[in-house]
Amino acid sequence: MMAMLKLHGHTFKHGIHPPENKEETNGLPIRQFSFAPLIILPVAQHIGVPSKIVIREGQEVVRGQILAEADGYLSVPLHAPVSGTVRKIANVPTISGKMTTGIYLEPFPSSTQETLEGNPIDVDLASPEEILQGVQDAGIVGLGGAAFPTHAKLKIPEGKHCDTLIINGIECEPYLTTDHRVMLEQPEDILLGIKYLMKATGARRTIIGIEENKQDAADFLRGLLNDNAPISVEVVPVKYPQGAEKMLITVLLGKEVPSGGLPIDVHAVVVNVATTAEIGRLLPHGRGIQERVITITGPGVRKKGNYLIPIGTPLRYVLEQVGVDESISEVYMGGPMMGVAVANLDISIVKGTSGIVVFGKKQVNQASQVYPCIKCGACVDACPLSLNPSKLGILAKFESYDKMAEEYHLMDCFECGSCSYVCPSHIPLVQYFRLSKSIIRKRKVVA
Amino acid sequence: MQQQTLHISTSPHLTQGVSVEVIMRNVVLAMLPTALFSVYAFGWNAALVLITAVGSCVLTEHVLCRLANKRSTVSDWSAIITGLLLGLTLPPIFPLWMTFLGGVIAIGMGKFLFGGLGYNVFNPALVGRAVLQGAFPVAITTWYTGFSVNRFSTLNSSVLTAPFMEPIVDGISGATPLSAFKFDGVTTDTADLALGLVSGSAGETCSILILLGGAYLVLRNFMNWKIPVSILTTVFVFSGILYWINPSQYPSPLFMLFSGGLMLGAVFMASDMVASPITTWGVILYGVVIGVLVVVIRIWGGLPEGVMYAILLGNALSPHIDRLIRYRVYGTSLKSTDI
Repeated sequence: MMAMLKLHGHTFKHGIHPPENKEETNGLPIRQFSFAPLIILPVAQHIGVPSKIVIREGQEVVRGQILAEADGYLSVPLHAPVSGTVRKIANVPTISGKMTTGIYLEPFPSSTQETLEGNPIDVDLASPEEILQGVQDAGIVGLGGAAFPTHAKLKIPEGKHCDTLIINGIECEPYLTTDHRVMLEQPEDILLGIKYLMKATGARRTIIGIEENKQDAADFLRGLLNDNAPISVEVVPVKYPQGAEKMLITVLLGKEVPSGGLPIDVHAVVVNVATTAEIGRLLPHGRGIQERVITITGPGVRKKGNYLIPIGTPLRYVLEQVGVDESISEVYMGGPMMGVAVANLDISIVKGTSGIVVFGKKQVNQASQVYPCIKCGACVDACPLSLNPSKLGILAKFESYDKMAEEYHLMDCFECGSCSYVCPSHIPLVQYFRLSKSIIRKRKVVA
Repeated sequence: MQQQTLHISTSPHLTQGVSVEVIMRNVVLAMLPTALFSVYAFGWNAALVLITAVGSCVLTEHVLCRLANKRSTVSDWSAIITGLLLGLTLPPIFPLWMTFLGGVIAIGMGKFLFGGLGYNVFNPALVGRAVLQGAFPVAITTWYTGFSVNRFSTLNSSVLTAPFMEPIVDGISGATPLSAFKFDGVTTDTADLALGLVSGSAGETCSILILLGGAYLVLRNFMNWKIPVSILTTVFVFSGILYWINPSQYPSPLFMLFSGGLMLGAVFMASDMVASPITTWGVILYGVVIGVLVVVIRIWGGLPEGVMYAILLGNALSPHIDRLIRYRVYGTSLKSTDI
């Protein structure tokens, strides 16, 4: 504790230290992935309204061409990741198990990396509104995993203002190293992206937050900064879930985002570092997002690494290319703490996919016995929001949803998984909370 | 890639790898030195009392689970802890049939009636002991001097008292340091107390081994060190103030700390996770309440020892402490109910 305070001004309360397991991929440069024989693009890859399809079956499209346009404000367009023929427009499987409308795109055999470009946005000339429009037109969503349309997040509400732009290079999920590699390999894109973001939000300074296990990336970025640039790099001790917006704001600014509020309430905007790099890479050319960096790792993977994979590449194709063990047991999209277990290998890579982690039988804790809560308090001392997961778990069993929300602040929970991670009774607390939250939300809609 | 069976589970997909069973097993391990010392000091008498207490608790747990058509929960080791704790709090020559009854009450009334592991309001072992204290006030205050030469050759007649009979008290029973102080005004040397060279309940005499077991649990992160520290500090400070006011009337704080069942209670019983509060300040308040009650009962109460009742009262308060004292939730302002 004392060492932490000396290293850095603030920390957030509680939190956990799961094994990081990043060393197997953090030294591997980003490699381009080949095009799959069939690209499958769901139109709902982001939070908000699904994109509206503007092409028809049989049509030939060029890489970078808009396949589906933004349907309203809280929506983004979808660009062709490859030149090819639209084979069909039909239901496609998604990770949630629901089917959604999607586009089956068959690449031309001799597809190149050449890309159709749209309206370039000049960072020096464009107005903040034009930058926001450019971000939306590029189809950019939070690449850290949330997939919330970035332009909507950057829009400062009436009467509020943004002082500080925080670039989130924490990457606190175990196993994942995409942000780490992006910071080492795309520094110019990041710095240009910051320029766009500062102009769009009106922020006067920028802090790049990086955990100390990526010291090389921090040193590298620091070396590129002008002495008088309003940008600083802050290295913070490793602690999960430091990459959560609220936690990072507390760590870097020493302020707490009010319960139920947004970062802008403390005059901050937080953007993931890979999203920032993508803005800096795409906007000067008016391109759309076509691919993203994904860490493919886990004990079950043969060719672990960080890959630049076209959006829409089927998971099955990805796993075939990198090679997986016979005995794979669980596949997660995202990291092992907050990622979602995959039920169907026919789903495809979407904009929000930050990692693919493959566990074998050994790693999967099958049928671990659930004991009653012994009120050991481990979860209470793990929760970064100082909630009482033990009490919430008991209330969930009694279906006391109102009490959970009103008296115990359930709706603040962002499902980081720290409570379940430490629970010696193996109670699926996060699952209880996810379910309770969705019930409470539904009740609100009805009422 | 062939068709593969994929497992689906909800996040997080990693766990720390500690289970309730592991915690409980380590608590038993931490109590073993204390239990072995009690056998060394009091001979086969104590061994039989401990074995009977553990056996009775395990048997009761198993039978009740079966009667309730539930899977037997014996394997989580918690019944063994209750049995060991019960045995350690009884006089080393306590009649075995009474010990057995205590185990049945501890598990049946103290634990099962509330819903089993995790739902007990009180420390089950202390519930068992409280009932025994009420039912057999003479037997439970009949002590036995440790390290007698024939402790491994003969059994004390009290141990083998026939069921439903009161033991016949013989002449060798020695007073505990606390009763010696309470009724005769005699204090015992602190070193003797710490090393366990005194008479008392089977497992309460050797403070050093109890502290050693507690330290092990704290190091393995299986025990909240704030509970024993808060209790012991309170007892030390409170009795220290009294001693400072009038050393001829009140015992020294060191005597208070190392005598009777305080160490055993503070380290192994008050720290029962289920029956103690969850937050830091809650735990400290809980410790202060228990510590004050121990001193009050010992000095002004009718009994020489008050640890058991102090902890039971602390247990009863702990759900209320948890309701009153909560951590301030991130992003909320400090309310009157939050600390």
